[in-house]
Amino acid sequence: MQNIGILIETRNAEIKKTNFGVITAARGDGRELYAFSLDSLPEDQKDLLQAYGVHRIVEVQSGNAPIDYNPVSWSQAVIQAVVYFGIDSLLGLAGLQGQNLLPRIAAGLNAPLVMDCSAVDLDGHRVEKSQFSGRTIATLKTEGPYHIYGIRPNAVEATPAAVEADSLSFQVDIKADNLTVKAIKPGDSSSIDLSEADIIISGGRGMGNSENFRILFACAEKIGAAVGASRVAVDEGWVPHTMQVGQTGKTVSPKVYMACGISGSVQHFAGMKTAALIIAVNKDREAAIMKKCDYFVAADLFEVIPALTARLETVFY
Amino acid sequence: MQIYVCVKHVPDTAARITILENNRIDDRVTFIMNPYDENAVEEAVRIKNESGDAEIIAVSLGSQAAEATLRSALAMGADRGILIKTDDNPDSLVTAAALKAAIESDGGPGIIFTGKESIDSEGFQTMYRLAAGLGIPATSNVISLSLEQDKAVVECDGEGGAREVIEMSLPCIIGAGKSLNKPTYPTLPAIMQARKKEIAQIDLADLKIDKPAGRVEILELKPAVEKRRPTELTGTPQEVAAEIVRILKEEARVLPG
Repeated sequence: MQNIGILIETRNAEIKKTNFGVITAARGDGRELYAFSLDSLPEDQKDLLQAYGVHRIVEVQSGNAPIDYNPVSWSQAVIQAVVYFGIDSLLGLAGLQGQNLLPRIAAGLNAPLVMDCSAVDLDGHRVEKSQFSGRTIATLKTEGPYHIYGIRPNAVEATPAAVEADSLSFQVDIKADNLTVKAIKPGDSSSIDLSEADIIISGGRGMGNSENFRILFACAEKIGAAVGASRVAVDEGWVPHTMQVGQTGKTVSPKVYMACGISGSVQHFAGMKTAALIIAVNKDREAAIMKKCDYFVAADLFEVIPALTARLETVFY
Repeated sequence: MQIYVCVKHVPDTAARITILENNRIDDRVTFIMNPYDENAVEEAVRIKNESGDAEIIAVSLGSQAAEATLRSALAMGADRGILIKTDDNPDSLVTAAALKAAIESDGGPGIIFTGKESIDSEGFQTMYRLAAGLGIPATSNVISLSLEQDKAVVECDGEGGAREVIEMSLPCIIGAGKSLNKPTYPTLPAIMQARKKEIAQIDLADLKIDKPAGRVEILELKPAVEKRRPTELTGTPQEVAAEIVRILKEEARVLPG
């Protein structure tokens, strides 16, 4: 029996749906799947974990209560669970939270870690990931007492495979005396997280200014899309860095990526090339993105996007 | 105070990558300092200027060619450099162990800077392994830093656009994010001066680090192939919009049919 751990991420007491792709990637013959959650999980959320094939749901706690967020204490808690349950491989999401926890866990266990995996073979401890700004695909093999893998959100499509799960709590002792979380300044709660979004509409140089991004937000709102941006738009100060997609911004894998007024540099592609479908809107038909997408529109985005927004209204009403 | 900055010599993002023997890249391309490491050096210089009494030591693990990246760090304001020489391509476990050994044999760090990731292997982990080795705290994705008497207060990017305010005891490790600062490009006199600054060279083998318990091995490296075949959408903006809605519904299935 190979015990596989999955580090569950939640938001507002709900499991982020990208976790189910990670669980799907973790399943296999002769494997026992453990879901580790630092937050308490309501029953309906535990049902979801069962529906995707988790055998044991473990709420990792201290003193019979959830542990306050601190990346050091959370990593210590997961390390103890990994060791106690004899976990062979631990999988998590490679988003910002994963970037903060998985390397700490790997460092604490002296275990190899590969972040941003697009495919995993847990029998062979082999994974695939892109390197060099998306210009190469590396197949890596890990060796060690434990194996830690950060999976790119949405890289593996989630499919249900129900099992019966048991649910337990696991108590740990933690000590984080050299790092304290003083505050969490919330982001804009109305905005949709780029790495979680099914649809992303991004703007680049062609947007021209900050104000014009409103037409992207208006369109995005109609279909629950997140709004992203290229480096130029961020460097110009039109939108904050948190919206940047690409080499020096976020890496995303949505079902649809719509690039508006973005030329499509290598660096931008590094962040969005694994999108299932890319639609480019650009006045310049020679722009690099027009040759590296699925659909392109060689026209003015200021005509196309408002028309799309108007059309989308008729879809829902 | 001694401030250490770990810098990596990486292929330019614009360089054409050619793969040799299915497991490594042809290194006859332009190399640069890893972009996030520029933010790390810049912040180290700012801290030095504020504290007045500090020395900045840039450390790099790489081939002889990585000396160029150390020179760039010196031109940006680092005082001296340490090059840990290897012709291999060590994983982050070895890299962190080597940085630890080199830093410990050189002096006592007051603070250590790295970039939040390297843009070649994209590992996101060396700073945490170095911190675990040294028994000190680390935070990465840092977008602001202020040093107080015996602690560092940082802000870092969190989920959903949130910012985490973190306090760490010193010494600590800071993984620089892009919005931490805007690196200033060195002036010609600074570049000339950097040529005279000292770079100590050590062979990785001479550091006699213990073989780590874990390992990441590159089995194969292949070029990412672009499989998409672009189709043009034409017509009036309204016709194009209708076609995009059809694609969203029928092909991407992200809208209710």
